[in-house]
Amino acid sequence: MAKKVSKYVPYLLVAPALIYLGIFIGYPMIEGIKLVFYENGGFSLATVHRAINNYYFWPALKNTLGLVVIIVPSQLILALIFALAMNKVFKGRNVALTLLIIPMTLSDIAAGLIWYSILSPSGFMNKLLLNLGLIHAPIQLFGYQFHTREFIMLVFVELWRSTVTIFVIVLAGLQMISQEYIEAAEVFGAGYWTRLRRIIIPLLKPSIQTALLLRTIYAFSIFGIVWVLVGRDIPVLAGEAYYQVTQIKDYGVGAFYALLIAIMSLAIGIVYLKLTKAEYLEVRR
Amino acid sequence: MNEKTMHELRKIGFYTFIFIVIIWMGVPLLVSTLYAFGVPDEYYNPHRIIPFHFTLKTIKMLLFTLGGWNALKNSVIVATLAIIISFALGLPAGYSIARFIFPGKDTIKLGMLALKIFPVPIMAVPLVMLYIRLHLIDTRLGVALAHSAGALPLVVLITASIFAGTSAELEEAGMVFGLTRFQSFLKITLPLALPGLAAAAMFTFVGSWNEVFAASVLTFSHRTLPALMLTLMQTAPDYYKFAAAFIMAFPAMIYVAVARKYLISMWGIALK
Repeated sequence: MAKKVSKYVPYLLVAPALIYLGIFIGYPMIEGIKLVFYENGGFSLATVHRAINNYYFWPALKNTLGLVVIIVPSQLILALIFALAMNKVFKGRNVALTLLIIPMTLSDIAAGLIWYSILSPSGFMNKLLLNLGLIHAPIQLFGYQFHTREFIMLVFVELWRSTVTIFVIVLAGLQMISQEYIEAAEVFGAGYWTRLRRIIIPLLKPSIQTALLLRTIYAFSIFGIVWVLVGRDIPVLAGEAYYQVTQIKDYGVGAFYALLIAIMSLAIGIVYLKLTKAEYLEVRR
Repeated sequence: MNEKTMHELRKIGFYTFIFIVIIWMGVPLLVSTLYAFGVPDEYYNPHRIIPFHFTLKTIKMLLFTLGGWNALKNSVIVATLAIIISFALGLPAGYSIARFIFPGKDTIKLGMLALKIFPVPIMAVPLVMLYIRLHLIDTRLGVALAHSAGALPLVVLITASIFAGTSAELEEAGMVFGLTRFQSFLKITLPLALPGLAAAAMFTFVGSWNEVFAASVLTFSHRTLPALMLTLMQTAPDYYKFAAAFIMAFPAMIYVAVARKYLISMWGIALK
């Protein structure tokens, strides 16, 4: 038998990590709240007013939510299609798989700049179309007057870059589904769609939930790709936080935007934990 | 239409789809790489879709005159520090969660789960104040500390599941033969857990390597690569953008090519 461990040992092992997280997540939270609500030694809503009345705030909130609402569901569908395709054995699978997962280790700055080579006025797409005679002047995608085009472009590049997060989780989930279920359904005459709808998707539900949650929360703090491609033409919350801190040096307003993102993320996270708590504790005990 | 042509058609459809996927993912990577080495004049020549003449000048300029090389070094240092810090703190916690039963364990685990999805980098904004007081502002250690906080919950959860997967009996057998718990951990459990830990380390490294928000907010001269490029690319001519993309994407592409198999299963399970 193992030597008896003091009952404090487990806590001593966990404590450093907990204290560290307390300092680096808990403390900034408190500091952030202080930055937002305290001024001249008392409670004040001045910073909140300044933050909310900022010309860029509402567009930033709208754009951030808009990007999340458009990007995340599209990515789920794409990722499901990719995962189902990649779960098969076929020629060229390795090439396709490698290409699909490259963005996983790519920063959003890099992804934005990579796509700029395709989409810029003198970029690959414009030159290709011009030389094929399909267009007579370059298609302009950048610039404040092309607001809608810039938005669509961001969605497109984000689909290219970050669908992989969902894809990888769903594929891992797919590979864990026992082939027996699917064969059994086949024996009873279930076609591909029936198998997909009645067996595969329900079994994938936990993976899909996690993937959606992660992607949604990452998408709330979308920043680098927007900043590098369109700057403040399309303001987003994290971009405004960055701008306030680095350019205006208004830490209160910056902290307000940061806290807003954190609170939205927490809200989504709590809903998710409520949904999955029971399952998780049961499996991992 | 008979069964055989249906099957053939479906096959053609499937391969068309795969072909589109390969083009969609591959072409931007290929084009931006070619443009990174292309002569600037050819980029602005509307009749040269793909450059014919290549040069290293842009990349060299970006690396050695505009600070890219230093930023690259900073990125490696920050990411390495982040691994060391998050493992030093996360490994014992993961071990404790995997091996012991104690009151409050489930709460801690749930807390880690919740924090895993918390957008830690965004908290860099209020962190600035603390950093100014502690003289951590604009230091590599400061960025690494913030990145470790982001990685730590995941490291705890991954290491916990790795240690739960290595047998406690083996460890106890070691203790029967006179090893202390710590020795037995070092000699038996740690080697068994090494592949999984390596994956967790890679995960931390990539996360830190690519993180841009905290790195940009917490530094102004000791920039990591993405943070430097974020500011440089505001005003840089287009061909510098492609060079920057290449410098950042090249390590990522090599990494994926080498560790592909590992990545999918590990990432998929780790993220879960």
